[in-house]
Amino acid sequence: MNSEVMFYLLAGMILVFSVLTVTSRKILRAAVYLLFVLISTAAIYFMLEYTFLAAVQLTVYAGGIVVLIIFSVLLTSHISEKAIMADRRQSLMSALAVVAGALLTLFTILRFTFTPSAEPAHTSTVTDVGNALISYDRNGFALPFEVISILLLAALIGAIIVARKEKDGIVLMKNKNLSK
Amino acid sequence: MTGSIPLQYFLVISTLMFFTGIYGFLTRKNLITMLMSIELILNAVNINFVAFNRYLYPQNLQGHFFTLIIIAIAAAEAAVAIAIIINIYRNFRSIDVDNVDEMKF
Repeated sequence: MNSEVMFYLLAGMILVFSVLTVTSRKILRAAVYLLFVLISTAAIYFMLEYTFLAAVQLTVYAGGIVVLIIFSVLLTSHISEKAIMADRRQSLMSALAVVAGALLTLFTILRFTFTPSAEPAHTSTVTDVGNALISYDRNGFALPFEVISILLLAALIGAIIVARKEKDGIVLMKNKNLSK
Repeated sequence: MTGSIPLQYFLVISTLMFFTGIYGFLTRKNLITMLMSIELILNAVNINFVAFNRYLYPQNLQGHFFTLIIIAIAAAEAAVAIAIIINIYRNFRSIDVDNVDEMKF
C-alpha cells in the first residue's frame, strides 16, 4: 500500500516536471525541473532496490550533469532571457507526431502480457557490482568497463581541447592556409 | 518493495517521459534545452532497462550494468556537447539553432 502511494507520487512528479522541462520559457528553470525529474528517477531506482544505481544516478546526473548544464546556461544567456520556441505550426506538428508515437507505444505495451519471473533476485550490493565489473567470466563486465573508461578519458581531453580559447592555434591555421 | 505494482506502470511512465523528451527536442530552439531533452530521453530508456531487469530477469544484473554504462556515456556526451556549445557561443554570440547556420568560423 505504502509503496503504491510512493510510486504514484513519483510518477506524477516525473510526468509534471518533464513536461515543465520542455515547455518552460526560462532556461534556468527548465534546468531545475530537469533536476527534479532526475531525482525522482533515482527514487524509482531505490524502489526497485538497485541502491548502488540510485546513488550513481544522484551523484552523476543530479550532481554532475545538472550542475554542468546550469553553468553553461549562465555562461551563454542572461537570466531574464526568454527562450525562443518553435512557431505554432511546428509545435502543433511535433505534438501530433509525439502523441501518435506515444499512443502506439502505450497500446503495444498494455496489450502485451509480461510474466514476471519468480526466481530469487540477484543481490546488487557494492561488492556484487564491483566483482561483476572486474570479472571476465560469463556474468562479468570487464570489457565494457575498460571501454567506458577509455571513452571517458577521450571525452575529457576532447572537451578541454574544444572549449579552451585557442588564439595561437587559429593563427597557426591561418598561416598554414596562407602558405598554401 | 515494489509491492503489487505491475511492470506496465513503469513502462507507461518511461514512454511518456521519452515522448516528452522528443517533443522538447523538436520544438526547442536553444541548444542547451535540446541537450536537456536528450537527457530526458536517455533517462526514460534507463528506467525501462532497470524495470525489465527487476521484473523479468531478477537473477541477472544485465539491465543494471547497461544503465550504469548509459549514465557514464551520458556524462561524457554532456561534457563534449557543452564544450561545443560554448565554442559556438564564442563564435556566434548566440546558441539558437536558427542563427548557427554555417560550419566555417
